[in-house]
Amino acid sequence: MSYFSYAWGWVTQSAHWQGADSIPHQILAHLGYSGLALLIAAVIAIPAGVVIGHTGRGSVTVINVANAWRAIPTLGLLIMLVLLLGFSYLTWLVPLVALGVPPILVNVYEGVAGVDPGVKDAARGAGMTAWQQVTRVEVPMALPLILVGLRTATIFVVATATLAAQIGLGGLGRFIIDGLASTDYSQVAGGALLVIMLAVLVLVFFAILDRLVVPAGLRKQRRSE
Amino acid sequence: MFSSRARIIGGLAAVTVFAVSACSSSSSSSSSSSTSAAPATSASASTSTSSNPLSNGGGSGSIVVGSANFPESELLAEVYVLALQAKGIKATAKLNIGAREAYYPQVEKGTIAVFPEYNGSLLSGEVDKNTTAKTTSAVDAELAAKLPSSLEVLNPASAVDSDSVTVTAATAAKYHLKTIADLKPYAANMVLGAPPEFKTRSDGIAGLKANYGLTFKSFDPLDEAGPITIAALQDGKVQAADVFTTTPAILADHFVVLADTKANFAAQNVIPLVYKPDMNPTIIAVLNAISAKLTTNALLQMDNAVITEHANYSTVASAFLQAEGLG
Repeated sequence: MSYFSYAWGWVTQSAHWQGADSIPHQILAHLGYSGLALLIAAVIAIPAGVVIGHTGRGSVTVINVANAWRAIPTLGLLIMLVLLLGFSYLTWLVPLVALGVPPILVNVYEGVAGVDPGVKDAARGAGMTAWQQVTRVEVPMALPLILVGLRTATIFVVATATLAAQIGLGGLGRFIIDGLASTDYSQVAGGALLVIMLAVLVLVFFAILDRLVVPAGLRKQRRSE
Repeated sequence: MFSSRARIIGGLAAVTVFAVSACSSSSSSSSSSSTSAAPATSASASTSTSSNPLSNGGGSGSIVVGSANFPESELLAEVYVLALQAKGIKATAKLNIGAREAYYPQVEKGTIAVFPEYNGSLLSGEVDKNTTAKTTSAVDAELAAKLPSSLEVLNPASAVDSDSVTVTAATAAKYHLKTIADLKPYAANMVLGAPPEFKTRSDGIAGLKANYGLTFKSFDPLDEAGPITIAALQDGKVQAADVFTTTPAILADHFVVLADTKANFAAQNVIPLVYKPDMNPTIIAVLNAISAKLTTNALLQMDNAVITEHANYSTVASAFLQAEGLG
């Protein structure tokens, strides 16, 4: 509890809520980095996961590569890109996208590939085209798992976007890195607390999203299982 | 899921190691200060047990030269050892002993007899944390007065490894920059890059404003004169940066270190810190002779050889000694 009040004391000081490097400014920057990286990761990983899940082609290779990919150290990749590319957008985007892609890809694949074969047969038997099978049956039925993938990726990326501060950018990592550098530990604790709170908000957001977009029939089925 | 959790923990650990090393090296002595502090504990553990038969320390009649855990310190220790050996003195090196917290007590009690130090950070980091001394003579006078009775510093070298305000050759040529004061008309359009604590340090943004009247357009918190700072300066992300004065990139990228004429940054002359009871006139003469010849440029050249060109430390050290007639 003392950690919490220590960190909370820093977070709630009004001076930290005003000015160029204030908490709202850094939260917005943090959400900006995370949001853009996740958008790109989703645009890459969702279609790829659906195609692999639907056709089953290349699934072993892609899924194993995606899982091995998770071992890439984000910080190492970031520093390497600084040396290779300097300070372009790609420098911080590539590591965050690389972090976000595997959980989305693997979960989308698992969700689509795992749709009950009987249901798939029924869809085909009812005369649906491949496109219709995917968009009307397989993706809606895979939605719970797709959301799990998106949620995992979002938490990874939101927590790791603190690394942007390592290369002089903003975001909540600024408080952690600057606090450590100037031995101002209440700032470190406050920054960490803000990241934790953001991650919890992500969980809440996805819980609500899950209620809103997963088809009612599927939810009922899950409950009865 | 296991692998993903391990990954997050690993990432956090990496951040912690990075940031902790950044904060522990508020002294300006090292370009590779993020080296793990782990060797420190093991090395100091082995030196503290003088009964260890494998230890070369103390009592065996050999002068032990120590070094901290970054390349320049190891190189300087190598220079000291080879110069002492050339004068027929039994000397051994105990390299890579971590940060000052780990090695200073070892020198104080004599398990290490000679240590290449930096006068400014020795004073402000260990001997008197509230000091305001900045110039070489003021810092050395305070060290002489305040060091514990078992320790003394010998003559300082002219070689300095301090914080600086550094610009690219192109920027220096464009604005005719030689000293930090020359930045005055241009600072308002320049971004300054430095370690994050530069924002609050007394010789940081506040010092540059008080001593030189400089207000930069903005401040980019980077690393401790490491790869990120160098890349930001090359890339034009920042136009001026805090680069340590013996960072090899100064040579490779033709950076221009602006002269600190008003002593905003404390002097960081290379200086031998010695354990008095182990000294004799020959040893003192050898170490002072090295200080007399060691310039910032000579040190920069040697750092560049061992760090950038991966040359052998003792080869580089002995080439320097031979060129200066000390080997």
